[in-house]
Amino acid sequence: MKEILAAIWGYRHFIVSSIKNDLRSRFARSKLGALWMVLQPLAQVAIYALVLSRIMAAKLPGIDNRYAYVIYLMAGMIAWSLFAEVVTRSLTIFVDSGNLMKKMAFPRVCLPIIIGGSSLVNNLLLLATAVGVFLLIGHPPTLAMLWLPLLIGINLAFGLGLGLILGVLNVFVRDVAQVMTVVLQLLFWLTPVVYMPTIIPDRLRVILEFNPMMHMVVAFQNVLLYGRAPGINGLLVLAVASIILLLFALFLFRRAAPEMVDVL
Amino acid sequence: MNEPLLAVRGLGKAFREYRSEWQRFAGWFGFRVSTKSESWVLRDISFSVAPGESIGIVGQNGAGKSTLLKLITGTLKGTTGTVAVNGRIAAILELGMGFSPELSGRANVYHSAGLMGFSRQAIDSVIDDIEAFAEIGGYFDEPARTYSTGMQMRVAFSVATAFRPNILIVDEALSVGDAYFQHKCFKRIREFREQGTSLLIVSHDASAVQNLCDRALLLEGGALIKDGDPAEVMDLYNALIAERENSTVQIMEHQSGRKQTVSGTGEARVEDIQLLSRDGQPIEFVGVGESVTLRIVVAASVDVPRLVLGYMIKDRLGQPVFGTNTHFTGQAIELVKAGQRIEFQIAFPMNFGQGSYSISTALVSTDTHLVNNYEWRDLALVFTVSNMNHAQFIGSAWVPPDIRIEMS
Repeated sequence: MKEILAAIWGYRHFIVSSIKNDLRSRFARSKLGALWMVLQPLAQVAIYALVLSRIMAAKLPGIDNRYAYVIYLMAGMIAWSLFAEVVTRSLTIFVDSGNLMKKMAFPRVCLPIIIGGSSLVNNLLLLATAVGVFLLIGHPPTLAMLWLPLLIGINLAFGLGLGLILGVLNVFVRDVAQVMTVVLQLLFWLTPVVYMPTIIPDRLRVILEFNPMMHMVVAFQNVLLYGRAPGINGLLVLAVASIILLLFALFLFRRAAPEMVDVL
Repeated sequence: MNEPLLAVRGLGKAFREYRSEWQRFAGWFGFRVSTKSESWVLRDISFSVAPGESIGIVGQNGAGKSTLLKLITGTLKGTTGTVAVNGRIAAILELGMGFSPELSGRANVYHSAGLMGFSRQAIDSVIDDIEAFAEIGGYFDEPARTYSTGMQMRVAFSVATAFRPNILIVDEALSVGDAYFQHKCFKRIREFREQGTSLLIVSHDASAVQNLCDRALLLEGGALIKDGDPAEVMDLYNALIAERENSTVQIMEHQSGRKQTVSGTGEARVEDIQLLSRDGQPIEFVGVGESVTLRIVVAASVDVPRLVLGYMIKDRLGQPVFGTNTHFTGQAIELVKAGQRIEFQIAFPMNFGQGSYSISTALVSTDTHLVNNYEWRDLALVFTVSNMNHAQFIGSAWVPPDIRIEMS
């Protein structure tokens, strides 16, 4: 563990410059540049809001804001987009940097940190934009938002843990990434981002309970929409699960590392 | 400092294939699984490099050179054995790794130096040197996508060698653009060597290896078959290239103490070789510029459809000084009968500088020894050139000067 931290510290400059490059090169030579990072999720929110607001708006009791559904959507999107981005990118992290890993010796732990860092910056920008939008539509921030750093931290760890385990397997069985794109889509619809859990029949709602991302998304909605503390139990389970996933990912990587470059 | 800079012990690398990937995964969790196939690309390699020592690594394609380098740099993990490195390794193998086309040359320099583990401050202190060494002018602050390949190589080489490493790995295909920059690169590599950097050079080029290396390693089929003097190793390497079907390679101790390598299929062989003075006496010491005749007697043991004699004069370090063959001179002999003896007399002026030289001979069928190699004989003859009656000069060639001086 100590050597991992030492390696990260030694390569901090590389990590920071990689994150910068990652963000910069993604939008280089586009007129709106970094704006696209938030425009895309915002556009998605706008589409859902336009299509579904009539059906969904009535289902949010206790909030007297005509844009309540938009806030609900955005809260869920902020949670989901970080998770989805981290998982998708971790999945192909080793395959994508195969060339680099084959030719340069550097601490591999930098790779997930770069992904985590760049996704985090992305997510924080989206969050800042969302808070701005909330202000515009008359939904001022509350003290409950102090929970956000913890929520985002757990969300990031959970996504990284899951994504890295699958990412290691994906080096050897490339079907993993293909399957996961479908699974992620399915998971999105099994998570109450665009709908409310209340519209699901009780019998089926049990299934949602088993979806860890539901607890994550609900926690974000509690904090951002309702201005109240998230459920501690769900959060605790998620936090423990994240740590276990990360440790397992580390174990798996350690075992796979000697053979990994051979097959890249 | 007696501790070696690099110690490789019993290093081996096998690429394993599993019946299914599930078995591979099971193996990570401690289950015993049998592998479907194991191909060993390197086996039991041991050598060490002392500080300041430069080593050439030669071998045919697929002999395991690149795998060995990857194991040394640490991108691959060995299946058996250990690699102990006592210092920083820099490799000029893949120049421009991690360059981002949208970033400026300067930003890429910071990025790729970071990839080598350097801090921002460390790079700040050398960024001006890097810019100056690359000599790409204003392009240094333009995005890398506007660079030509040569310019990218210039920047990449400048970063890779911005800090003097303890071990520098250089691949022979060091194509860093134009000849001017290549000279500059080799100058820097030489400077590093003088300052105590050990070089590991992978090359097929005998002169590069003999020029820069104190020792050479010959890899063949994944094994280290020779570790020794560069000239000897290159001779054995040449013999190995020529090795075909039932040809043999013999190494004998020459009377001068150096190793003599004889290889070939043996249809024809050199029976006698002599260097004769102008009056027909065999000589071993020759004066600069003296006329001599190289007399080579060849005997064929079976019918040979076409016979070409080649000879090469090499200097003390084994670098070729002059070589030609009877194919080039249009004097190949067709249809040699079994038992026939042929005497070649090659007259030439000894326009070489002082020193010890050796002659290698080759009996072949075309202009190279790769088609039919009847016999290849290194160090077939050794002679010494000394300056007896000319003004002092240095170098390996005797180019008679005519110096005129006008003063006004």
